[in-house]
Amino acid sequence: MLAVRGLTKSFGGFAAVSNVSFDVREGEIMGLIGPNGSGKSTTFSCIAGFYTPTAGSVTFDGRDITGLGAQSICHAGIGRTFQIPRPFAKLTVLENVALAAWFGQDRKTSRDKCWRQAAEALELVGLPTDPHSTTEGMGAAALKKLELARAIASQPRLLLADESLNGLDPSEMNQAAAMLDTIRKERGITIIWVEHIMGVLMRVVDRVVVLDHGEVIYDGDPAGSQADPNVIAVYLGREAAKEAAQ
Amino acid sequence: MNRKILLSTLGLVVLACVPVLIGWVNPGGSRYYLHLAIQMLLWAQIYTAWSLMGRFGLTSLGHGAFTGIGAYATVLLWNQLGLTPLLGIPIAVALAVVAALLVGYPCFLQRIKGHYFALMTMAMVEFVRLCIVGWRGVTGGSLGTQPTRHGDGVSLYAVQFEPNRVLSYFIVLALWAGTLYVWSRVDRSMDRLALDALGQDEEAAAAAGVDVTREKLKITAISAALCALGGALFAQYQMYVSPETIAGLGISLNIVFGAIAGGMGVLLGPTVGAVFTQLLSEGLRVTMQSSQVLSALFGTRALALDMLVYGVLLVLFIIYMPKGILGTLLDRFARKRSA
Repeated sequence: MLAVRGLTKSFGGFAAVSNVSFDVREGEIMGLIGPNGSGKSTTFSCIAGFYTPTAGSVTFDGRDITGLGAQSICHAGIGRTFQIPRPFAKLTVLENVALAAWFGQDRKTSRDKCWRQAAEALELVGLPTDPHSTTEGMGAAALKKLELARAIASQPRLLLADESLNGLDPSEMNQAAAMLDTIRKERGITIIWVEHIMGVLMRVVDRVVVLDHGEVIYDGDPAGSQADPNVIAVYLGREAAKEAAQ
Repeated sequence: MNRKILLSTLGLVVLACVPVLIGWVNPGGSRYYLHLAIQMLLWAQIYTAWSLMGRFGLTSLGHGAFTGIGAYATVLLWNQLGLTPLLGIPIAVALAVVAALLVGYPCFLQRIKGHYFALMTMAMVEFVRLCIVGWRGVTGGSLGTQPTRHGDGVSLYAVQFEPNRVLSYFIVLALWAGTLYVWSRVDRSMDRLALDALGQDEEAAAAAGVDVTREKLKITAISAALCALGGALFAQYQMYVSPETIAGLGISLNIVFGAIAGGMGVLLGPTVGAVFTQLLSEGLRVTMQSSQVLSALFGTRALALDMLVYGVLLVLFIIYMPKGILGTLLDRFARKRSA
């Protein structure tokens, strides 16, 4: 469904991502993981149209989408969330989502349908659909749900979820992971989940791609990644150091 | 919804009675007071047109260029080519839209925002003013020029209505009401959501599928067109155009001040701003002209003191009342209600 080939992004002389290639298959949840600075956010931003890659290509459903702007990527059928939620404070919760339903779809539908789709997206993530509720005073977990609802409302076929678990407590993490699973099951949306908290992710994803220093070091099933010497070196080296410190 | 329609109809009926009321209360000074009301409505319309984009964080200091293009193009087409303003005004409005797109498109494409956008628009208004001043033979330079009179009285062909104050009042009232209608249409559109969103966070808006450049261009074009229309009718009513009265940075700044003072975030805010600034400048003018002390101290220079007061008030408004007069009042009212 999505094919990333030889993706490279350099900032000055520094290659944040070099020669990254992977595929995303229709209907799967793919985890894109790696330690801090491994290049997963840069890869994410290149796919989402926020960076123009220095080299390489991104193909979605056979269509070359390399270097398209963020709104064109959205129209092509790829929704995204932000790591740090970016709600529109001047709009109500429902308007936040309806905006994406109206502008995010490639083909214009009727206004009534957009409001309905916005309400459905809010229901799916478990937020109130009351037209008067505002984003003021919403907690971290609720704002992350709003991010998801906004991404879903544009009726994407592929969802890019950026570090959805950051800043949540353990029970909220489990809920969020279960929600991504629900989104896939109920909407048939393929998901790329970028995350550095691995525990919960491993239970939900079908496949992981592990990045380190801007390169792919593992691409395969989650169980295998935990036995892979390269992945262990990258991850458990740090974990062990942490345990020793405690 | 129905209550809103009822209220606006009621408001319009009251405003339509203003000429009668003025004649009734003060028959001797009715021409002057009607003139004051017309000025207020003209500026209210222009301030409202500016706020259409200003309230979404698109702070333009260049709208003096649009009013100027509207006024000058209309008058020059009539004076030089004998083209009736009935056609001249649409052409002038189209020219203003072209100017807005020429400046807006590269700015929006390059993501020029905030202070830098304000500076770009400031350059535009200076450019327009310099063109007017430099093209002296045609435009009359900094002294300005007058539309050629077509007969003595009111003329539809020349769109000259100034001899009949009551008629002028109703023409300007219609223009103002039309602009408020455009505002409320924008307010109810899906584009308003996009504009509110991109005014806060362009990247997130783009990620939600909003074509940021196009949305900004749309509202800029509407705002410029309405300002040009206001400028054209201003010229036809005053029967005089000069850079100082309708085209230039001074006008831009007056527009921004008026809109901020009234409250650019609410429908009637800019109108309240126009009433406020007109009363202020008229009040200051009258006091200063009639004050022995001030004229003894400053001579005729006392007339420029109102600009000083303006400046001080603008600073005070931005610091203490960023939502403007009406915006702050409505907030207070809402808080009291919920308390």
